[in-house]
Amino acid sequence: MNTPAATHESTIDLKPLGPQHAAWVLRLADGSLVLSQRLSEWCGHGPVLEEDIAFTNIALDLLGQARLLYSHAGALEGQGRDEDAFAYWRDESEFRNPTLVELPNGDFGQSVLRAWAYVSWQCLVWGTLAKSRDTALAAIGAKSVKESRYHQEHLGNWVVRLGDGTEESHRRMQTALDYLWPYTSELFHLDAVETAAMDTGLAPGLDRIAEIWTANTNATLHSATLTVPAPTPFLATGRQGRHSEAMGYLLSEMQALARAHPGARW
Amino acid sequence: MSTRNEWPLWEVFIRSRAGLDHKHCGSVHAPDGALALQAARDVYTRRQEGVSIWVVRADQIIASDPGQKAELFDPMEDKVYRHPTFYQLPDDVNHI
Repeated sequence: MNTPAATHESTIDLKPLGPQHAAWVLRLADGSLVLSQRLSEWCGHGPVLEEDIAFTNIALDLLGQARLLYSHAGALEGQGRDEDAFAYWRDESEFRNPTLVELPNGDFGQSVLRAWAYVSWQCLVWGTLAKSRDTALAAIGAKSVKESRYHQEHLGNWVVRLGDGTEESHRRMQTALDYLWPYTSELFHLDAVETAAMDTGLAPGLDRIAEIWTANTNATLHSATLTVPAPTPFLATGRQGRHSEAMGYLLSEMQALARAHPGARW
Repeated sequence: MSTRNEWPLWEVFIRSRAGLDHKHCGSVHAPDGALALQAARDVYTRRQEGVSIWVVRADQIIASDPGQKAELFDPMEDKVYRHPTFYQLPDDVNHI
């Protein structure tokens, strides 16, 4: 019988939970991919060999998460886009990662702090997915939460040691914290896509993770003898597709090879 | 470059999934034990090599002196009677 080959995805129930379902999954995927790209910039440049490998491991874990999420989003969307189509063939305004993850690396401390803030948020999001009506997404969350917990612990160790380290390391960490912290409010901003995710049972409990994240991160920052900046009215717009000036450079580097050799295999 | 400000060296021991004992597999530099353990995890267990890790500060290991090889180890060369190969075993325990 000459029927189309059954794919793994086609065996899963893929009725989208509302029109924003794929959009919400893509936000999550883009966050993992863009942070992965930033962390991988440290490959070969880490302060010590051990940390070079640790950063690369984290970058690869994030890349793995992004691949699963892109495949899932593509199946939900049903227009034949695969993970490469999402990663390499979308333009800047189509990426929906929070601005926080695309900001330049800065020094090692700033890179640690930014990644730690995001993976701490990821840990909580993966947790909410355990109750998701999207069982494929729940499975991705269950796999990823183990990775993110280690990332959070490892990077948190560095936040404490650098914050509560030498006068110079403390100064650098406080500067990084003051710079990065206003961008974190975007992670908890409940716009139409986030609200739809909660209302449809895709990611129940998203509205509660801000409080937990703040308590967790404040505890670590306190151990690190760092001063948590006061909240500001600033709200970043990466998730709306309006990115910082750093994003164009990041994408041109990430996409150049795939666009120069479309469809290349290796 | 001075080595005085370098992080201490830690020896890494890994127990594999099927293994009964921890085996020495290498070393890492780290400022303290918690980070040494994580560095060992990141460097030496990336391909499922282990289910348990020990790290020990290299300067806490008391090691024998290679210069004392003659008195420490050479005298054992001709003590063949220390190997249990001269005993007639009963058939029942022949396979131990």
